[in-house]
Amino acid sequence: MNKTLRKLLLGGPYMVWIAAFIIIPLFTVVYYGLTDKTGAFTVSNITAMGTPERLKALILSLILSLIATAICLIMSYPLALILTKMKTGATGFIVTIFIIPMWMNSLLRILAWQTLLERNGVINQILGALHLPKQYMINTPYAIALGMIYDFLPFMLLPIYNSLERIDPNVVNAAYDLGANRFQTFWKVIFPLSLPGVISGITMVFVPALTTFVISDFLGGSKVLLIGNVIEQQFTQVGNWNVGSGLSLVLMVFILISMAVMQHYDKDIGERTTIL
Amino acid sequence: MKKVLSRIYLAFIFILLYAPIAVLIIFSFNNSRTRAKWGGWTFHWYISMFQDGAIMSALYNTLIIALLSALISTLLGLLASFSLIAMKHKKRTVIMSLLDIPMLNAEIVTGISLMLIFIAVGQFLSKWGYTIEFGFGTVLIGHITFNLPYTVLLILPKLRQLNVSTYEAALDLGASRFLAFRKVILPDIMSGVLAGFMLAFTMSLDDFVITHFTKGPGFDTLSTKIYTEVRKGIKPEMYALSTLLFVSILVLLLIFGRGRGKKTTAVSQV
Repeated sequence: MNKTLRKLLLGGPYMVWIAAFIIIPLFTVVYYGLTDKTGAFTVSNITAMGTPERLKALILSLILSLIATAICLIMSYPLALILTKMKTGATGFIVTIFIIPMWMNSLLRILAWQTLLERNGVINQILGALHLPKQYMINTPYAIALGMIYDFLPFMLLPIYNSLERIDPNVVNAAYDLGANRFQTFWKVIFPLSLPGVISGITMVFVPALTTFVISDFLGGSKVLLIGNVIEQQFTQVGNWNVGSGLSLVLMVFILISMAVMQHYDKDIGERTTIL
Repeated sequence: MKKVLSRIYLAFIFILLYAPIAVLIIFSFNNSRTRAKWGGWTFHWYISMFQDGAIMSALYNTLIIALLSALISTLLGLLASFSLIAMKHKKRTVIMSLLDIPMLNAEIVTGISLMLIFIAVGQFLSKWGYTIEFGFGTVLIGHITFNLPYTVLLILPKLRQLNVSTYEAALDLGASRFLAFRKVILPDIMSGVLAGFMLAFTMSLDDFVITHFTKGPGFDTLSTKIYTEVRKGIKPEMYALSTLLFVSILVLLLIFGRGRGKKTTAVSQV
């Protein structure tokens, strides 16, 4: 009796929490998404995604988040390689340097890019002083992609860095000893071993980039809408929770696809520590 | 040559990451109400922010929510880790993946789902004349929910490394369960508990999306306040306050970061 009671006290609180605030809320979204205002079953909230304006937002979100993920990967991988090759004493410090920016309020950091990219912003003034052509990036999809890359770069860098750092140097040395050149060692040994980090990095960047509404709000003006904006407006401005939930369900399909891809590669749960 | 290239690359990334922060810090000293023009240096905003009631209450809400949600989620995460470690592998995997949902799901969906459940429960309760008020309580619940998977993530591996025999030895030597826990288990997992708490605190401090959907009118954290101010122009006090918070965290880290080795691994896990 005593033992079961202890088990209940230990496991009870968080189980209740998971049920009440993680699982049931998700089913609430499904319920609202599949019913109309009277509570009758309907799929019209799902098909509501089909309007040209919303489809355009969804496609743009997919394109921009894929581009941002790809660029984050291309930028982070060499960076992680450079960091792992540094002296061990310095790496802790160097890695911290990439985390420090996250302590400045994230909304303000994105907002700062507005100031940098504006027509008469900091970057254009520098370009002007150097007699270089000005850039007109603000309120375009390019600015949004830049914001995504900036905001989510550490999410790509840290898991890759962690997985690279875990590689046993003996394995790499063995490859060299057995006559592999640098290129072969990288493709046959280092890269495959870093794949779990790469996969976590990709999902950690892709999902937030796909679903953001803040970055597009701040850097796209009101001209460029992403699917996150469309859904957010349904809840806060239009007040139609049914349509908003239906659209979220469509969005969740894409999130589930990326989760499934990650699960496929990431079998060991312990590996999860590398996510952030 | 290769070394020079990698230095240049590091510098490029460094500029990319820190340029916006430099801009914000410089704005906090700008003697002009708008960020469109530069009016010379001033310390004014660092003083006037303390007289702005709305900003101070947003700061208070932000800090108290961060502190409480970090405390509660660390405690829940600790209980969860103990209960998870005792489970069979299969059951543990299932529960872990349920627990992971807020971490892997889009923030906007988590926010919406919490908002809807609060509305639904509120409607249900209204039959008996009760209401759910969107504000402090709902935001706190939201923050605990998204923090929970991270605290488990940092505490559970420490528990796994634990040697059960030492705990049993303590019991054999006459220690009470509580004493054995406090003297034997806790010191070993403390670094994970602390890292979990710190991560939860900083994530809560910086959260916008979940707060946006779970807050009610009249309740603001710094992030939601900034969001509503964007259209009409951010008050310069906001830059000053954020700079101050940023610098305080930095200083705190430098002070507590003395025991380098351990601390930095906690940070790099974060």
